[in-house]
Amino acid sequence: MSSNTVTPPERKGLLGVPLSVEPLTRKDFTSDQEVRWCPGCGDYAILAAFLGLMPELGIRRENTVIVSGIGCSSRFPYYVDSYGMHSIHGRAPAIATGVATAREDLAVFVVTGDGDALSIGGNHLIHALRRNVNVTILLFNNRIYGLTKGQYSPTSETGKVTKSTPLGSVDAAFNPLSVALGAEASFVARSVDSDRKHLTEVLTAAAAHRGSSFVEIYQNCPIFNDGAFDEIRGRDSAEDALIRLQHGEPIVFGTDDRLGVRRDRDTGALEIVETSEVAVSDLVVHDAHAEDPSYAFALSRLTSVGELTRAPIGILRSVERPAYDDQAREQVTIASGGVTADEAQLQQLVLGKDTWTVAG
Amino acid sequence: MPTVHSLDRVVIRFAGDSGDGMQLTGDRFTADSASFGNDISTLPNFPAEIRAPQGTLPGVSSFQVHFANYDIMTPGDRPDVLVAMNPAALKANIADLPPGGVIIADTAEFTKRNLTKVGYEDDPLTDDTLADYQVHSLDLTGMTVAAVKEFGLNRKDSSRAKNMFALGLLSWMYNRPTEHTLSFLAEKFAKVPAIRDANITAYKTGYAFGETTEAFAVRYEVAPAPMPPGDYRQISGNVAMAYGLMTGAQKSGLPLFLGAYPITPASDVLHELSKHKRFGVTTFQAEDEIAAVGAALGASFAGHLGVTTSSGPGIALKAETVGLAVMTELPLVVCDIQRAGPSTGMPTKTEQSDLLQVMYGRNGEAPVPVLAAQSPSDCFNTAVEAVRIAITYRTPVVVLSDGYLANGAEPWQVPDLSTIEPIDPGFATETNGVDAKGNPIFLPYKRDQQTLARPWAIPGTAGLEHRIGGIEKDAETGNVSYDPANHEAMVRTRQAKVDGIAAALPELAVDDPSGDARVLVLGWGSTYGPITAAVRRVRATGRSVAQTHLRHLNPFPRNLGEVLRSYDKVIVPEMNLGQLAMMLRSKYLVDIQSYSRVRGLPISLSELAVDLESEIDSLSGAEAQA
Repeated sequence: MSSNTVTPPERKGLLGVPLSVEPLTRKDFTSDQEVRWCPGCGDYAILAAFLGLMPELGIRRENTVIVSGIGCSSRFPYYVDSYGMHSIHGRAPAIATGVATAREDLAVFVVTGDGDALSIGGNHLIHALRRNVNVTILLFNNRIYGLTKGQYSPTSETGKVTKSTPLGSVDAAFNPLSVALGAEASFVARSVDSDRKHLTEVLTAAAAHRGSSFVEIYQNCPIFNDGAFDEIRGRDSAEDALIRLQHGEPIVFGTDDRLGVRRDRDTGALEIVETSEVAVSDLVVHDAHAEDPSYAFALSRLTSVGELTRAPIGILRSVERPAYDDQAREQVTIASGGVTADEAQLQQLVLGKDTWTVAG
Repeated sequence: MPTVHSLDRVVIRFAGDSGDGMQLTGDRFTADSASFGNDISTLPNFPAEIRAPQGTLPGVSSFQVHFANYDIMTPGDRPDVLVAMNPAALKANIADLPPGGVIIADTAEFTKRNLTKVGYEDDPLTDDTLADYQVHSLDLTGMTVAAVKEFGLNRKDSSRAKNMFALGLLSWMYNRPTEHTLSFLAEKFAKVPAIRDANITAYKTGYAFGETTEAFAVRYEVAPAPMPPGDYRQISGNVAMAYGLMTGAQKSGLPLFLGAYPITPASDVLHELSKHKRFGVTTFQAEDEIAAVGAALGASFAGHLGVTTSSGPGIALKAETVGLAVMTELPLVVCDIQRAGPSTGMPTKTEQSDLLQVMYGRNGEAPVPVLAAQSPSDCFNTAVEAVRIAITYRTPVVVLSDGYLANGAEPWQVPDLSTIEPIDPGFATETNGVDAKGNPIFLPYKRDQQTLARPWAIPGTAGLEHRIGGIEKDAETGNVSYDPANHEAMVRTRQAKVDGIAAALPELAVDDPSGDARVLVLGWGSTYGPITAAVRRVRATGRSVAQTHLRHLNPFPRNLGEVLRSYDKVIVPEMNLGQLAMMLRSKYLVDIQSYSRVRGLPISLSELAVDLESEIDSLSGAEAQA
């Protein structure tokens, strides 16, 4: 088991991004645009947490880029006074890949939703994660299509009755963390809109991670899917519903830590047990740095299927692996020896080897 | 000794199985002819299948090269010489060979089995079916295997050098220089000495066979073509496109970022650019066409020159992102190397049927400048100009090429890059407005009054932080706006910006040497070669015909309407069902006569010449009757 802390002491994910000379405040990152989400939308809380943590990262505001797709969550860039692009449905990870690869000195964030990232943009999401492009992806999961007024999404539970599924959806849902882990993501985490402290911690660690950081944020839609997260947000129910992961700590949760996670010796799957029924040594100690992703995958499967009644939150996986953009830039640097070839060299290339001269 | 005849021009078609190395053979013959000083034009023609079943008609791959002592415009409609490496190659190509043409066939492949495979009941080499041609039946395989015996290769590997034997023989017949091919083979197969030596020996033996055998009574000479002084090389359209994009990047001082997904016939642009990272070129092979253009647009937002390359089906997938580039007004170069459609169509065959797609295939009013290259080497100039327009006007620009230009080759007088004007990206560095309180602010959509281009402020520039996106935006602040008047103004402004490019373009010139032509032939893109050749042929008959060719399809040159109205008849040959003709009719209300051919091949110059002659004659005939 690794003894490293989950948040790297260095700001690896932000290496190359210039630091602000003057300390910045939340106000510096707040744009002049009126925020136009519905009253009570979970997006407000996420925006507040984001605006709160940005000054803490210490980077320059002008070197921050937020790319989003389409959907309620994707209005996010308008509300942050940095560089930003509100792009097209599903394509934010692709556009962000271009931004991040072109410029090492930019901190790149992708803000997306469950429909944007997992339905129309599923391909770009998995390939960004596979390549490990140095971007931080915030997936606001409200388990519904909000902007188009309430159709079921790829994370909606089977049987969901919506405008487009009057008899109930017959789709099986995605578990976003399982998808990310299957796509070889090097950093996979989950948080909840209503838990500002936890969200801030997770997003700070995600920004500090070099490579793709994937953060699923449970976000309540009060208009079209209100109550979807009541169990995990409720004052009484949350303790038993949320499995809070802490690197290096045994996984226990519930009132007085009455529940824990144990590995089934026969199947290798993780299961939830009453801590009073098992030896402490039988409880799984969380290792976010485990190289083998099957452990994190097993953790992701502790999420309840259907109605959300149980979910692990925190950092499931954080491992180091080379980032796509770093390597792409390195190839350019090595090929040029650090000095980009000039026009005379281009002239030579264009002339080629098999040149003949017609005399005047 | 054979007699030596001088010829002005020769067309040779090398044809064989797709594994026979016909493309390489044709390439080498072309390179040697080009370096000898002939003008050249080529037409590679190969199946989409990498290895179609051996010896079958679908598996035939061919390479046609036209070389001459004057400036030629096309690879030639019909070959003078057909090299047929097997019965399938003979059968697939014989219809194109005019009577009296030369056939060189490899008898080793004319077995009962191979003949049956393509439906020959008897061997055409020995019965009378080829009586109208000059047939040379030679055991190319057998002679090759015998010649390379000493290198200890198995029969399969030995016989694979037969294409070099054929190349050697043809090089002797047409007096081609050999040193370039010899050094090419030495380099290409350097890692496998036995294969290298076998190929070199086969090539030399083929050449020597021509010299010693008495089978060939005549040897031919095609003198170098007169060309303006300068440094020349042979170049294909896709390589020229890559070099043009790199030159545009160099001239603007921007790193080049290519996002691309493999697709025929555009992939070679990706391959070429990926070799040149030392010039600051980043190539991103994306997960799909959409990601390819998305990443390129992201790179442009970050201050690089974003480029994406594809063909028709890929361009269809990119449409939404091109629309985003129209809305965000960022530079982006989109190269469409067209192929025969619709859908998958015929990936390795050429067509010009994406014009309407790139013009109008987006939601909303989304104008995009469109340029088309007219020859392989012209892909260079077109790419440089596309970069210039994209950066100057902050707009996506489409460059149209096609399979014929992409893979075809011609001699190219290499330009002196220092004569190409620099391109100024003119990044915004300072605020350009004040808010209600008088504080300096950045207005990302406040335009240059002349070009209507918006400022390009790249991330990392302090004080100019801003958000852009696909939602309609306020005319100055760029903030989301649903205001009706603002939307109308923005739609019209985006259109006016693209229309306004015409002001900076040269007027369209018309070639009308006699000055009394009443018929104008107007083309665009790769039909330039066939049209020019056909026009020459028509003029040689004493008829008058005017010719002009469009590089700019959006916006059109300022004087185009005037040009169209100056002729009694305007004929527009296109490899589609009349797409440019439709655009011209709708814009200028001129009764354009469309001339359509969609066979996956360049328009036939001889057919076009005959058709033009009858059009000209009908015009004067109609008048005589009146």
